[in-house]
Amino acid sequence: MLNYAFKRFLGAWPTLLILIALAFFMIRAAPGGPFDSERHLPPEIEANLRAAYHLDEPLIQQFGRYLVGLTQGDFGPSFQYKDYTVTELIMTGFPVSLRLGGLAMLLAVVVGVSAGSLAALRQNSRTDHAVMSVSMTGISIPNFVMAPLLILLFAVYLGWLPAGGLGNGSAANLVLPVISLALPQIAYISRLTRGSMIEVLRSNFIRTARAKGLPERVVILRHALKPALLPVVSYLGPATAGVITGSVVIEQIFGVPGLGRYFVQGALNRDYTLVMGVVVFFGVLIVVFNLIVDLVYALLDPRVKY
Amino acid sequence: MRTLILAALLAGLVTACERTPELEVTAGVTISPTVLHRGNGTEPDSLDPHKSEGTSTSSIQRDLFDGLVNTAPDGSLEPGAAASWEVSDDRMTYLFRLQPDGRWSNGDPVTAQDFVFSFRRAADPATLSNYSQILAPILNAEAVIRGEMPPESLAVEALDERTLRFRLKGPTPYFLELLTHSMTYPVHRPSVDEHGSRFARPGALISNGAYLLDEWVVQSHVKLVKNPLYREADKVRIETVYFYPIESPATELQRYRAGELDWTETVPHQQLNWIRQNLPEQLHIAPYLGSYFLGFNVLRPPFANQPGLRRALSMVIDRRILTEKVTGGGEMPAYSYIPELPDYEQQVPEWASWPMVERVEKARQLYEEAGYGPANSLVMELRYNTSENHRRICLAIAAMWKQTLGVQTRLLNEEFKVFLENRTQKIVTEAFRAGWIGDFRDPYSFMEILYSTHGMNDTGYAGARVDDLIAASATEPDPATRLRMLADAERSMLEDQPIIPLFFYVSRKMVKPWVKGWQPNLLDYHPSRHIFIDVDLMDGQ
Repeated sequence: MLNYAFKRFLGAWPTLLILIALAFFMIRAAPGGPFDSERHLPPEIEANLRAAYHLDEPLIQQFGRYLVGLTQGDFGPSFQYKDYTVTELIMTGFPVSLRLGGLAMLLAVVVGVSAGSLAALRQNSRTDHAVMSVSMTGISIPNFVMAPLLILLFAVYLGWLPAGGLGNGSAANLVLPVISLALPQIAYISRLTRGSMIEVLRSNFIRTARAKGLPERVVILRHALKPALLPVVSYLGPATAGVITGSVVIEQIFGVPGLGRYFVQGALNRDYTLVMGVVVFFGVLIVVFNLIVDLVYALLDPRVKY
Repeated sequence: MRTLILAALLAGLVTACERTPELEVTAGVTISPTVLHRGNGTEPDSLDPHKSEGTSTSSIQRDLFDGLVNTAPDGSLEPGAAASWEVSDDRMTYLFRLQPDGRWSNGDPVTAQDFVFSFRRAADPATLSNYSQILAPILNAEAVIRGEMPPESLAVEALDERTLRFRLKGPTPYFLELLTHSMTYPVHRPSVDEHGSRFARPGALISNGAYLLDEWVVQSHVKLVKNPLYREADKVRIETVYFYPIESPATELQRYRAGELDWTETVPHQQLNWIRQNLPEQLHIAPYLGSYFLGFNVLRPPFANQPGLRRALSMVIDRRILTEKVTGGGEMPAYSYIPELPDYEQQVPEWASWPMVERVEKARQLYEEAGYGPANSLVMELRYNTSENHRRICLAIAAMWKQTLGVQTRLLNEEFKVFLENRTQKIVTEAFRAGWIGDFRDPYSFMEILYSTHGMNDTGYAGARVDDLIAASATEPDPATRLRMLADAERSMLEDQPIIPLFFYVSRKMVKPWVKGWQPNLLDYHPSRHIFIDVDLMDGQ
């Protein structure tokens, strides 16, 4: 297992390098630059700025400079947020996104797996139909519709919860964003769980377990749940990486200072260093989470051996 | 065991939630009469006054810094860090006497040398400012900005501790107003020397305004607290100000309605009707120093050398329908380019008052003279940057053109930076949407971008008479004559119609009834030091 993990670790480097190169040259290929605005700059000033940020060098040299910076943990200065470095921006945004995303994923797994299993155990019953239609709705209603509705109801009309911001970081400020983030995940996870649970319940080893007289609770929890969770686990890897790096929609609607906005705003502003920083960070997380998923597989499925 | 791990995980996440910086104000309805919550549009790009640009940043800087000149609640000029000033007869030399009790927030006196240092820093290319060209009226500023002269040659001198002298390139009637711009704010030299480019952050920033920078959580809020050393601290009633970057107007409105904001930066278009019905007394729509127009690329077909065709397209656009039915946000229909300004005569073309039928008739005639007609209709492209509002406006205009002249318009929406690049290069773009916000209340702030060689002249328009008039106005010492010259330039430009003025911008805000000392003004400046909160009105809510 350790050996496998080490091999994967080595394999991750070329992947990341390709990712960095692609992102670097693609964002540079986009028309326009960080200093274009409705009020464009006099040419001398723009030339001066470009020289200061090394944008006047050949692209390949800039790439080399960027890679050297990365090896020293330096993502460079942000073009847009001039008082901060990209590293600082990521380090202030990520804890917020991690907290929100972590809570949302936890909620999604607990509720999604329970609801999905329940639906599978009572297949084609009213419970099943109810869970599945709720989850279908959850998948179909995008969160930019759901979130403002939740705010309108709970913050504007009822006044129970704040409408936005992190306030003093109290739990009340987290409730709505966490629920909005979790809803589509709950829907997806419950459907995945139901599908795979139904399949597992029909397999031979479950029949054997029942035949030898095990109580249904043990059959479900010890024998069926683990293999039924395999598809969920493989979904969870990239999904968790996605959710904990922030959602631009949720962050904009709730005024949450997370990482997600930097993705979109960085790209729109041609804030090259910020976009690169977020892409590299996200890339590393994806690689790490995929590795974790593969290792968890071995724990859940006795057939998987590394 | 597994339950234990889960519980530990949960506990960890929950405690992580509690470790965020403490604010004494929770979101919700806990509002105090000395705390102001301002919706503030976008996240500030920098609080360094010489590097930043954008209205959201300057709103914060107006609270942090005192320039030589300040603005009153109605937008008129009043003494700031300078107690008084004298202007020479030729209007080329300004002498400022600083406030005797002006102090930095660490107690140091604010001196004329501080201002000299700050102006040099603002103009110095090494500072990497993208707004330094606004200092151009000062003698030698342009050469300094281009790096051709050292910053020391800028004509800003300290005659003594409290006296500051500016020599200008030409008579500049708007010079005092220019001194309310953040590029002219003073910075505290020892802290700039110590912290370098990071001096404008909490813990490091030393400023001379009514408020101090207390906290800055990127994408969450900027918190300012009252500066006890401010020379008029006894008149400042708000103790704490929060600025929230909220990009989505819909989100901002919801937070306002939930009682989390005292005023909003803007108001979502789609909800104006609802607001007019339900919260009319809290909605404030006021003229704003901005003009919205379409531009033609006059360097390529179909609009090169076709002033008649361009005029025809302008005449058939019904601005009333555009502002009342399409935008619906209180915008003012525009037939001239420069918004209403003090002492300036707006240049409305004669046909603007004609009935629509007559305008269409005349336009058809011009259209035919340009070589087009029912059998041979104009086919053109109109580019705009992706936005629902621009799309609706361009769509409506294309429909008006089609209905009256039979013009076939292809609407092209482009991502903002792509749009800007195409517009600037003037190669593929035929016609485009544009907007211009003045930096100061003077027609020059608008006319300059139609000067033939100006960097922001995206139409490619070069009117000899317009250029002459703009150039002559820069050296004209008599203010009234100068304004007339600029008015002539505008009229002359409108006759050539390189642009089609559509409407003047307005500022739109929701303001809670208990916010007092707030007044709408052309520049949309609302320094917190003028504001106070009427507790009695708050209790009633």
